[in-house]
Amino acid sequence: MTSAMRAPRSLLPLRLEDVVFAVGGRRVIDAVSLTLEAGSRTVIVGPNGAGKSVLLRLCHGLLQPTSGTIAWNAPELPGAPRRQAMVFQRPVLLRRSALANIAYALAVARAPASQRKTRAREALHKVGLDALAAHPARVLSGGEQQRVALARAWALNPEVLFLDEPTANLDPGATHEIERVVGAMHAAGTKIVMVTHNLGQARRLGDEILFLHQGRLLERASVDRFFRQPASAEAAQFLEGELPW
Amino acid sequence: MSSLGRAALEALDLVAGADPKLAGIVLLSLRVSLTAVALSCVVGLPLGASIAVSRFAGRRGVVVVLNALMGLPTVVVGLAVYLLLSRAGPLGALGLLFTPAAMVIAQTILITPIVAALSRQVVEDAWEEYREQLRSLGEKRFGAAITLLWDLRFSLVTIVLAGFGRAAAEVGAVIIVGGNIDGVTRVMTTAIALETSKGDLPLALGLGMILLTIVLLLNAAAYVVKETAQRRYG
Repeated sequence: MTSAMRAPRSLLPLRLEDVVFAVGGRRVIDAVSLTLEAGSRTVIVGPNGAGKSVLLRLCHGLLQPTSGTIAWNAPELPGAPRRQAMVFQRPVLLRRSALANIAYALAVARAPASQRKTRAREALHKVGLDALAAHPARVLSGGEQQRVALARAWALNPEVLFLDEPTANLDPGATHEIERVVGAMHAAGTKIVMVTHNLGQARRLGDEILFLHQGRLLERASVDRFFRQPASAEAAQFLEGELPW
Repeated sequence: MSSLGRAALEALDLVAGADPKLAGIVLLSLRVSLTAVALSCVVGLPLGASIAVSRFAGRRGVVVVLNALMGLPTVVVGLAVYLLLSRAGPLGALGLLFTPAAMVIAQTILITPIVAALSRQVVEDAWEEYREQLRSLGEKRFGAAITLLWDLRFSLVTIVLAGFGRAAAEVGAVIIVGGNIDGVTRVMTTAIALETSKGDLPLALGLGMILLTIVLLLNAAAYVVKETAQRRYG
């Protein structure tokens, strides 16, 4: 009992059962059941409108399912600091310095005031932005802003990190840098759940693939298997259309 | 020389000579209107921001009423505060009628809806962009409202100025609850009204020039601050 109080139970696995999310009668997510385990990097792919981003938001709690259940192994208590983080396609940073943006997130997570600056600095260091700590965050380049967003997520030491097409608007150099940071966070023990349109990225960063099509989870496979031999006709078609080679 | 020209010259004399009577009127005006603006911000900014980030039954009605209150007729507010503060009124015992405090109260009532309604609009637009990120971080609604207010501080400057402009320029409310008592509750607008009706055009004109200059300078300063800050912070 006491040990459970000292080390809180892991958030994961996350269990989705028959999750439906409907907008105006249309099922954007249609009866999805799946379990996300700790450890592996899960990449969600699928054509536009498949419901990838919605699924991510449902998992993260930004949307409530119309029906079905989404249950963490140890649910976050309302009002308690969050143990999961999300990085969006377009980073939303506040009008203050890069460092202050991260310190703000730590304040919301009720980190002790004396530690915030140090932890924020460490996080910026991990994404290679030490030099820009005092820089106003909103005037940084797109790639730098996304790295600040990642540093902000990392500073919170989340058990799970959701990423919604984090490199969709970035050039190859910035994309590479983001992928490096995501890899490093995973290596440090964070579960990665990422939506991407970039199949090369899915191969580089993923351990397993969830293939979504018209709101349904059609396939779940290791990256290797999925790209070599997709099980569903839709996935095969999707790969054919997306991969020009 | 035309009477207007003569009046303008005399007005310049009064202003340049820092006529103590004139200075007293100007300082009281600033004191009353700036206090009212400060109070309106303390109430109006959090109120506007809270409505912006909240969803509740009847919200639309609240927004419509708030927007409508921006157009409160100054004399009606003056009358209402007069009734509240008059000897027989519910707050008559405080003895505030015909004091600068009464004028502050009236102007605060007048401009709080302006500050609240305009900040509601600005914060709500930004909330669209920030909502998911702040919720993802675990921010609660009230915390989000405060965060947004601070993040939009440069845009809110304009709103605060609009409130100050309305307060400094209105005459209807302050003349009713202040009474335009010489040396006690006489402010720029009430003095201009009085001096014009008395025919003392130089003083009226001088006050008018000062009022315009103050509003102009404040707006220029706010504009510069906003521009520089936005270039710096994005």
